[in-house]
Amino acid sequence: METLMSILVGLLFAIGTYLILSKRILRIILGTSIIGYAVNLLILTMGGLKTGAPPILGQEALSFTDPLPQALLLTAIVINFATTALILVLSYRAYQELGTDDMEELRGKEDE
Amino acid sequence: MSWLHILIFTPFIVALVVPLLYKQFVHRIHTGWFALGVPILIFLYLLSYIPAISQGNTLIFTLAWIPSLDINLVFYVDGLSVTFGLIITGIGALVTLYSIFYLSKEHEALNNFYVYLLLFMGSMLGLVFSDNIFVLYAFWELTTIASFLLIAFWFEREKSRYGALKSLVITILGGLSMLAGFIMLAMVTDTHSIRAMVASADLITAHYLFIPAMALILLGAFTKSAQFPFSIWLPDAMEAPTPISAYLHSATMVKAGIYLVARLTPIFGGTWEWFWIISVTGLITLLYGSYNAVRQTDLKALLAYSTISQLGLIMSLLGMGSVAIYYGTGNEGALYALASFAAIFHTVNHAVFKCCLFMVVGIIDHETGTRDVRRLGGLMQLMPVSFTLMAVGSFSMAGLPPLNGFLSKEMFFEAAVNAAQMSIFSMESIGVLFPIVAWLASVFTFIYCLILVIKTFCGRYKSENFDRPVREASVGMLIAPLVLAGLVILMFFFPNTLSQYLLHPAWVAIQPALAQAGELNVNIAFWHGFTPALGITIAVIALGIILYVYLPKWSKIYNYYPRAYTLNNIYDQLLKRLENGSRWLTNAYMTGSVRHYLIYVFSFTIIIIGASLWLFDGVAFDFSRDAPVTVYEVVLTVAILLAALTVLFSNSRLVSLVANCTVGFLVSLFFVLFRAPDLALTQLVVETISTVLFLLCFYHLPKLKKEFAGVKFELTNALVALGVGATVTIMALSVQSTRLFPSISSYFENSYELIGAKNIVNAILVDFRGFDTMLEILVLFMAGLGVYALIKLRLSGGKENEEIK
Repeated sequence: METLMSILVGLLFAIGTYLILSKRILRIILGTSIIGYAVNLLILTMGGLKTGAPPILGQEALSFTDPLPQALLLTAIVINFATTALILVLSYRAYQELGTDDMEELRGKEDE
Repeated sequence: MSWLHILIFTPFIVALVVPLLYKQFVHRIHTGWFALGVPILIFLYLLSYIPAISQGNTLIFTLAWIPSLDINLVFYVDGLSVTFGLIITGIGALVTLYSIFYLSKEHEALNNFYVYLLLFMGSMLGLVFSDNIFVLYAFWELTTIASFLLIAFWFEREKSRYGALKSLVITILGGLSMLAGFIMLAMVTDTHSIRAMVASADLITAHYLFIPAMALILLGAFTKSAQFPFSIWLPDAMEAPTPISAYLHSATMVKAGIYLVARLTPIFGGTWEWFWIISVTGLITLLYGSYNAVRQTDLKALLAYSTISQLGLIMSLLGMGSVAIYYGTGNEGALYALASFAAIFHTVNHAVFKCCLFMVVGIIDHETGTRDVRRLGGLMQLMPVSFTLMAVGSFSMAGLPPLNGFLSKEMFFEAAVNAAQMSIFSMESIGVLFPIVAWLASVFTFIYCLILVIKTFCGRYKSENFDRPVREASVGMLIAPLVLAGLVILMFFFPNTLSQYLLHPAWVAIQPALAQAGELNVNIAFWHGFTPALGITIAVIALGIILYVYLPKWSKIYNYYPRAYTLNNIYDQLLKRLENGSRWLTNAYMTGSVRHYLIYVFSFTIIIIGASLWLFDGVAFDFSRDAPVTVYEVVLTVAILLAALTVLFSNSRLVSLVANCTVGFLVSLFFVLFRAPDLALTQLVVETISTVLFLLCFYHLPKLKKEFAGVKFELTNALVALGVGATVTIMALSVQSTRLFPSISSYFENSYELIGAKNIVNAILVDFRGFDTMLEILVLFMAGLGVYALIKLRLSGGKENEEIK
């Protein structure tokens, strides 16, 4: 399962990277979003998959899945959401002010 | 902390107070009066060491600074450091006194001036007393910075800034290479103390790092002491106020290189490399400086070149003296060691007469408004005191009796004649050039000394050349040069007293081996009989007078040298090329395109992760610990991939948005399968909110079009993307296959006992890592503020807005 997940994560990374490198701001946001998912899955996979019961006590289980990556991920998901929201609004406002969503046209001046 | 430490820190402390005093007494009391006490105090204190050092004692004061790195403020008191310390503070006091009358308290930024001056004085003192090479280096660079600030004191003038920058560039270049040399020395000897290095000098000369270390350190000394071809910063540094030029270029900054070479002579001396590099550089500098000084029309520029030339003279003496270490004890060693003595003697003499000359030139500039010898002339009746001072200083520099310059100049000729008779280091064949160069350079020295005196003070007074009535300077301004001129004469009549108390102990520091054998003896006499040295002096005077008289006839030779090949031009071109080159390099990759920057980031990620995996044998594939794969998971994997690919290829805003959210929801299903219920819940909530947000914003963003930006563009992106994907996969697999240490999570499984929580993940978040969560909430809050501000932000009417349009 870990091998399968590693390959999936790699593919998601590739897709996300390709999207980030494109010109349209929309695709860039989608790319970061997909890379965010890939990172979540990666961290979870690194902790080992399905090694025991869900990490909730009182279930008469012998072993639990590693809770630490889950705790990290919980933070990651929320932060990811915060940054996505910010970048979305930023791009919306940039488009409103500057009238383009093409990253090449958004380039600054030479001496910036 | 010893008194010496406190006194060396005094200039720095007073430098902090000076601006406050300036503010308090602005325009009422000249700030210089507050600074004047510092050098006088230190000078008097250093005098108290003279009884000790004249008996051959040395003192060490240690103050811990960074003991773990063996970098401590170890101050070493011996003849050499006290001699330089007395020059620095003695001349420093006179320069401060002079500056009080030179700089107007109404118009100049005196607070800056004295802060820089004290900073410089303190760092010079630290430099000459430091025994630890890294402390020495720190003070060395401090003097560079302070001198930069001093030279650029009138920073509103373009030439001042140019000169200051030039001195900074050149001396920092030398300073850094010197640091590298010091590090090599520390590696070889395993100590940071110069005294300890002197003790293990044999170890250094036998080591393969000997040549590189020596070359790097000498680069530092030569740039600081304005040796050819690094001398070009010195004439441009004349843009500084004259008191600064007097201080920096007679007594202190340029003497730092001399000090370093003298101090390190016991380590490197006695080798042919050290002898040749220093003597030849010194002699070339001597000739170059004096030859060029003759054609200068600005009095300060003339003095600048004469300083270069005199520094070359001292440097060459140090080179010739180092041979004594090769011979060791014995008559020959003692004979050549005299050159080292002459070097110290001339260092002191030069400080005294050159400072006097600078001050007189400053007075002329101050009273007449010009320093151009073509406009000056006939000032003798108007400024008799200045004339006398100028004559004393100049003729001392020219090496005439009864002035101190005569004595050290004679010793220089004697050393050059002795060097010509050396039978080692291939001196048999070309050694004869030494006295010839010395003679030739001294002829030019004699000529420019005559120019200084005659062209300025003799001849016809042309009042139309001056925009104000010329008169003698105020008494206050004359005190300092008068003291110096008095010293010039006193030192001629009592050289042996000076030698006994100061010069001899300094000599001992340069030639410790001979000193221990008791073979360092010198008796300075006015009359040696008809020696070759006297012959050279007479020849200098004879040819000098002839050439001075016919100066207009032969001075045309200065016009033959092409301008394009002057050192200044080469420096300017080099700097320009360097600037253009770095601009080109920077512009080549700082394109302003986010895509390019991201490509760099991704490429570095690939390279760093890939390279470290490969270099440290991290790549490993071990599938034995894999959890079993079920049908659900395969279906989910395929579904996620399909959704992601849809995002990639879709040309519709809505489709790609929905596909993106699909990925998110499917990921939350994965969380369910992987026994992470909290994650699944959070992901579901966040995904729902994000979808709404996406929809809101997408509505306002332009539609996606099918577009193809060119094969190269797409191919690069694809390559980078595949590279990142492959790297991540390989990394993930390798991490899975190599578990270096067991998970620490078992600790958290006691959460019920520890904090009474059954949900371990929640327990980690709100308790074990409670601060993380709190800061995470802060991030969320900040993002919320950012979103709010962005929506409310209106860039209308402002100046920025117009620039954007």
